[in-house]
Amino acid sequence: MATLKQEKNNKTSKLTQVVDEKKEMLDLYKQMFLIRQFELACGENYTKGNIRGFLHLYIGQEATAVGSISCLNDQDYIVTHYRDHGHALARGLDVNRSMAELFGKASGLSKGKGGSMHLFDAGKKFMGGHAIVGGQFPLATGLALACQYKKTGGIVVCFFGDGSTNQGTYHETLNLASVWKLPILFILENNKYGMGSSIDRVRAGGEDFYTGANTYDIPAAQVDGMDVLAEKEATKIAVDKVRQNGGPFYLECKTFRFVGHSLADGQKYRKTDEIKEWEKKDPLTKFPEWILSAGIAKKTDLEKIHQEVNKNIEDAVNFAETSLEPKSSELYEDIYKID
Amino acid sequence: MPEIVMREAIKMGLEEALENDPNVLILGEDIGAYGGAYAVTDGFLKKFGPERIKDTPISEATFIGTGIGAASAGLRPIIELMSISFSLVGFDQIVNMAANLRYMSGGQIHVPMVIRAPTGAGVQLAATHSQSVETWLAEVPGLYCVCPSNPKDALGLLRTSIKSNNPVIFAEPALLYGLKGDVPEDYYEIPLGSASVSKEGKDITLLSYGAGMSVINDTEKILSSKNISAEIIDLRSLNPIDYKTIGKSIKKTNHLLALDTARKNGGIMGEVVSNIQEDFNDWLDGPIIRVGAKDVPWPYNKNLEGAAYPSAENIVNTILEKLIKV
Repeated sequence: MATLKQEKNNKTSKLTQVVDEKKEMLDLYKQMFLIRQFELACGENYTKGNIRGFLHLYIGQEATAVGSISCLNDQDYIVTHYRDHGHALARGLDVNRSMAELFGKASGLSKGKGGSMHLFDAGKKFMGGHAIVGGQFPLATGLALACQYKKTGGIVVCFFGDGSTNQGTYHETLNLASVWKLPILFILENNKYGMGSSIDRVRAGGEDFYTGANTYDIPAAQVDGMDVLAEKEATKIAVDKVRQNGGPFYLECKTFRFVGHSLADGQKYRKTDEIKEWEKKDPLTKFPEWILSAGIAKKTDLEKIHQEVNKNIEDAVNFAETSLEPKSSELYEDIYKID
Repeated sequence: MPEIVMREAIKMGLEEALENDPNVLILGEDIGAYGGAYAVTDGFLKKFGPERIKDTPISEATFIGTGIGAASAGLRPIIELMSISFSLVGFDQIVNMAANLRYMSGGQIHVPMVIRAPTGAGVQLAATHSQSVETWLAEVPGLYCVCPSNPKDALGLLRTSIKSNNPVIFAEPALLYGLKGDVPEDYYEIPLGSASVSKEGKDITLLSYGAGMSVINDTEKILSSKNISAEIIDLRSLNPIDYKTIGKSIKKTNHLLALDTARKNGGIMGEVVSNIQEDFNDWLDGPIIRVGAKDVPWPYNKNLEGAAYPSAENIVNTILEKLIKV
């Protein structure tokens, strides 16, 4: 089985030549910057008590969601885990309504009934953040079955973390997706830790996961999830394979969260050195540096993005703060759909 | 009105749905080539093809969840479990996912799916295959939960369940697949959440559901021989519960006996009688009597299993001792 890195090396073109349009590069950067600023604002508002419950931030992993989701069409479904803000924003979910959901307001995506771990936008085929680890795998196979059965041409992207690979549903779903040749792209965000448990303490089989997909006869590859362009290119190849072959593909993205598992995490289980080492790969630093050094855009272009995004975030927090609480009658709404 | 067995009634409902709605498909273990553990889907693979009659690997969590995903994308999957005890392997998907998706998404998603499963004791399958897990699932908001006791109700409830826009637990008493009963030829449906008065009476209301109805029917016969007139109510739906029908009966008979063939501890009748006590206490002339299976794991041995299972004789004795002096 070839890794994507190997596949890439076999091609004559280099990454920088694959995509060179200024707009596209700036869009990728803008989305990553939006996610980073959104997450920072979430952290701040968690401290203020505006956001409650559990809050899991996506800081550090932005390139994975942005690079991969940029390859999808409107008819494609996304399901993901509870660290879902990044995927939601990359899919284009409304920033205001996303923030309002975290504030638990009536104007939130789920009317304040889901919160941070359960973001949904069915209109954008964003079928949830899911907070039972590994719970989203079977949902992905079902959505893919519907795509296959109805011949919509759509595929399903199922994001999951390394922690979920020890759940039964992970193995069951890889098996079923392969047996039924379901159009699913499994995207592993391997950030090396399931909450506070590093891979080497909970997993037999080493630090690479994509090789295991072979057991289920699923083609697989590994990519640097900190590199948004590599992520985009890898996903594009993977998505094409899923669309053409109909069956699943498995893409492992090596990534890292720079912050704790949740806001309640003191990170006693890992060393500051490791975090600092990974921060050198920060996509929010490396990618704009590359954009400037490659002469794709100017510093003023980036500054303009910063201003726009910061305004978006400020507006979103304001929108969330000033939105109404759900009415008490909402307690009984949305349990059953009327028959 | 032709007389058919329960298994045929369920098969009829499934076949009808497959014929009428291309979005209906069935997923389950050995439902295709094998024909189903209880032969309910026998012949379906040939008739409807492998795209709609989908044999799954032995992965309950995943094929239940697959049904949920397919339903949320517009299909109407029917999941067959070989035993409702196997739902425990997929409990997360049923409870966390199917039941909660609509609420957590603020009403954006709905899950039109039926989970059919044989339930209950009495067929010597021992502890892992004899439980009545519908009593656990009946508590969960977002799910409907029904359990028919005869072929007519099975067909009527199955039609409504498949048409429902919500996840429905359709528990089929394993003891009753061979039970014969009349089924109307004209099309009919039975609304979810409706109990039925299967026999009118004036002295006491006997309430149960599913396989418990056989015990209740036997109880009524014995009481009748002692000149006690019992009204019989089949709950049929464990969520929602039709308190209106039960209450109306209690206002007439002023006595209630509620039977679970599930373990008494945690059985659905605990919930039912508690609510009846709150709302109809003034109409009751004596204590509500609850009978259930013994609070033990289901044994394999026939005599032991029988000892754990409620009997009409014991119920009658309890009624005579505690409630109605003759």
